[in-house]
Amino acid sequence: MAQVVIEGVEENVREVMARYGNNPARMIEILQDLQDLYGYLPKEVLEEVSRQTEVPLTRVYHVATFFKAFTLKPRGKYTIQVCTGTACHVKGSYRVLERFEDLLGVRPGDTTDDLMFTLETVNCVGCCALGPVVIINGKYHGHVAPVQVESLIKEYRER
Amino acid sequence: MRRLGSREDLERLREEALSKSPKRFISLGMGTASRAHGAEAVYEALKEELAKRHLGIPVKATGDHGLCGYAPVMVVFPEGILYHSVKPADVPDVLEAIDKGEVLEKLLYTDPITSETYIYEKDIPFYKKQMRLVMGLMESVEPLSIDDYLCNGGFSALAKAMFDMGPQAIIQEVITSGLRGRGGAGFMTGWKWEDAASRSSPVKYIVCNGDEGDPGAYMDRCLLEGLPFEVLEGMIIGAFAVGAHQGFVYVRKEYPLATQNVQAAIEVLRELGLLGEDILGSGFDFDIQVVRGGGAFVCGESSALIASIEGRVGEPRSKHVHATESGLWGRPTVLNNVETLANVPHIVNKGGEWFASIGTKESKGTKVFSLAGDIYNTGLVEVPMGITLREVVYDIGGGIQGGKAFKAVQTGGPSGGCLPESQLDLPVDFDTLTEAGSMMGSGGMIVMDEHTCMVDVARYFVKFLTEESCGKCVPCREGLKHMLEILDRITQGEGTMEDLELLEDLGYVISNASLCGLGKSAPNPVLSTLRYFREEYVEHVRDKKCRAGVCKALVKYEIVPENCNGCHVCFKECPEGAISGEPKGVHVIDQQKCIKCGICRDVCKFDAVRVV
Ligand SMILES: Cc1cc2nc3c(=O)[nH]c(=O)nc-3n(C[C@H](O)[C@H](O)[C@H](O)COP(=O)(O)O)c2cc1C
Ligand code: SF4
Ligand code: FES
Repeated sequence: MAQVVIEGVEENVREVMARYGNNPARMIEILQDLQDLYGYLPKEVLEEVSRQTEVPLTRVYHVATFFKAFTLKPRGKYTIQVCTGTACHVKGSYRVLERFEDLLGVRPGDTTDDLMFTLETVNCVGCCALGPVVIINGKYHGHVAPVQVESLIKEYRER
Repeated sequence: MRRLGSREDLERLREEALSKSPKRFISLGMGTASRAHGAEAVYEALKEELAKRHLGIPVKATGDHGLCGYAPVMVVFPEGILYHSVKPADVPDVLEAIDKGEVLEKLLYTDPITSETYIYEKDIPFYKKQMRLVMGLMESVEPLSIDDYLCNGGFSALAKAMFDMGPQAIIQEVITSGLRGRGGAGFMTGWKWEDAASRSSPVKYIVCNGDEGDPGAYMDRCLLEGLPFEVLEGMIIGAFAVGAHQGFVYVRKEYPLATQNVQAAIEVLRELGLLGEDILGSGFDFDIQVVRGGGAFVCGESSALIASIEGRVGEPRSKHVHATESGLWGRPTVLNNVETLANVPHIVNKGGEWFASIGTKESKGTKVFSLAGDIYNTGLVEVPMGITLREVVYDIGGGIQGGKAFKAVQTGGPSGGCLPESQLDLPVDFDTLTEAGSMMGSGGMIVMDEHTCMVDVARYFVKFLTEESCGKCVPCREGLKHMLEILDRITQGEGTMEDLELLEDLGYVISNASLCGLGKSAPNPVLSTLRYFREEYVEHVRDKKCRAGVCKALVKYEIVPENCNGCHVCFKECPEGAISGEPKGVHVIDQQKCIKCGICRDVCKFDAVRVV
């Protein structure tokens, strides 16, 4: 796996903490902002959060692993979100997901070794009529059929 | 913006806004659902073209209008002409038509079944049977325009509540209205408020639950995105009634636009003095903070949500003590769903009696549903309680697409169930749907056609719940895991008839022994499908067949020689090289190599691939 450089941990954590009045009760939001900053929650960051909030590291990890929104692993350049909401499921989104899994060789929540793609599932994104829906870095793709998955991946890989 | 120091200030601002308010405007739905369909590009094109033509017609970028399957949707006011599936390239034609006072035929809505074309939004069958109360202002109010909101009566309910009514009268009015919580449980809102108001604690809280955990629904998101002022007004009234000075809006992290709009709306209200100290000179102080949820279904549950706001993991607590007695940081806390709060200003304005005249005996008012699945018109619909499921599915939804047969309608998401054709004449209300083995829930409504496998649907929800169970109590954590194993077995053709009984027994234990609502209602999708679609389970077990062609282990892809004309497309697309055949000759699938991905069926234009 490619090496990711983690910088400015101490200052960044301090700055984000200040945004929430240095209040450890706002742990979830603190971690969310730090994740937005680093793309994921590196170990160093969680340790620093624990140090500065004086919340035990195990509790910080408990929060960071409980919520789906957090990831402890670095993310790819493109995040592929396959909607597995009820309507999309009924329209066969699981087949689309399987195709992504096969072609990328990762499971939802994981990132390809070349740090290109992170595969995720999401719940209903509100355009059920377009199902199955796939969102890649914020761009919506509607009526995605398994057969299109290969060319979608190719399209983004070659950008 | 100036701070409003009194009710008179508010009315003055309203008059100013009214004097500026345009009669002619274009309303373009721009919520998340519309954006996914490309509404942003249409908005840009509109702005550009309007400037070019020097047409002084304002465009309102509003929340989603509801007819989401046909987005981007725009409505031209004051006539109410609706154009759908608008592309940026259509914009010049639209403006040309508006300028000339004409109607642009090509973008009008045509009924997919009757082929009738409609000019006006109000005549379209999708809207005709709806009753838009909380969604009523969606098209005429820009989410963050206080002027728009004031022009449509905004904050008159708050002023009335604070200056004419007082806490007790508000609570009485809400009790009279019969408003029940829209988050799923259907608890009487007025009673909840009364209980919280009776507590003597100097510190109380009110929380707006915008976690919207149902994986197939998006009503609350649409309200938060499109009408944040309405939700916040309801919340301020609630806070005033119970004596809370701090509120929280809990929005799930996956809803960035909703979070952004609510946050921005709060700032507008602070500047105006509609939040903060001494609201409208009443002496009442109240402020609201937005909390982004971490995205866990169980966090929608009240005690888990409270834990999550306190910065702890979202694990439910047992509820011998209600939140209204001891909630956030041990203080009396009122927790209400987004849609519940959005109803409040209407109740205050028009009276509890009026509200109670809508709906059925025990379920008053309207309910917003996110209607999706195998029907023609998908989107957000608001209907009076008591409307039948059939009316929603057929009259509003337009019926099943592509001439297929109806199989089931799912309501209540993971806590609800699937109802068959025979139950379609049931009225939509809290108690009837619960009696039928489903649940009204928070508003997800998915219509399924004959190509949906009911065992697979049950498995889908149980899988979702296994992942979402917080794991605190054994019946839910282990029971669901066990249910999933059994359903996996059945969908793989390895189930036994005893498994069906075991599922029922397990369901009984899980619903009775679990700590929180997640576990208590978790067996519903399984129990309701076993009740109404048992023969499908039996077919999976006994005949090793999945009639819908969904369960991979039980189906086989085959090429029908009579239909195959050797176009060779499937040959090229099969990822496993499992198809053989020469161009122009009949093709064959090698069952050993086939992984049943279904691509061949998707790409065949001649209906030559069949699932058996
Ligand atoms: C597992 C679970 C998930 C829930 N999810 C939500 C939700 O997403 N939104 C919501 O408003 N209520 C949800 N509820 C219901 C809340 O616990 C609570 O009853 C509701 O927010 C109260 O507001 P209301 O009375 O206005 O409906 C959920 C309940 C359970 C048990
Ligand atoms: S019922 Fe399930 S979700 Fe609820 S507390 Fe128990 S384990 Fe957690
Ligand atoms: S279920 Fe996928 S968009 Fe609604």
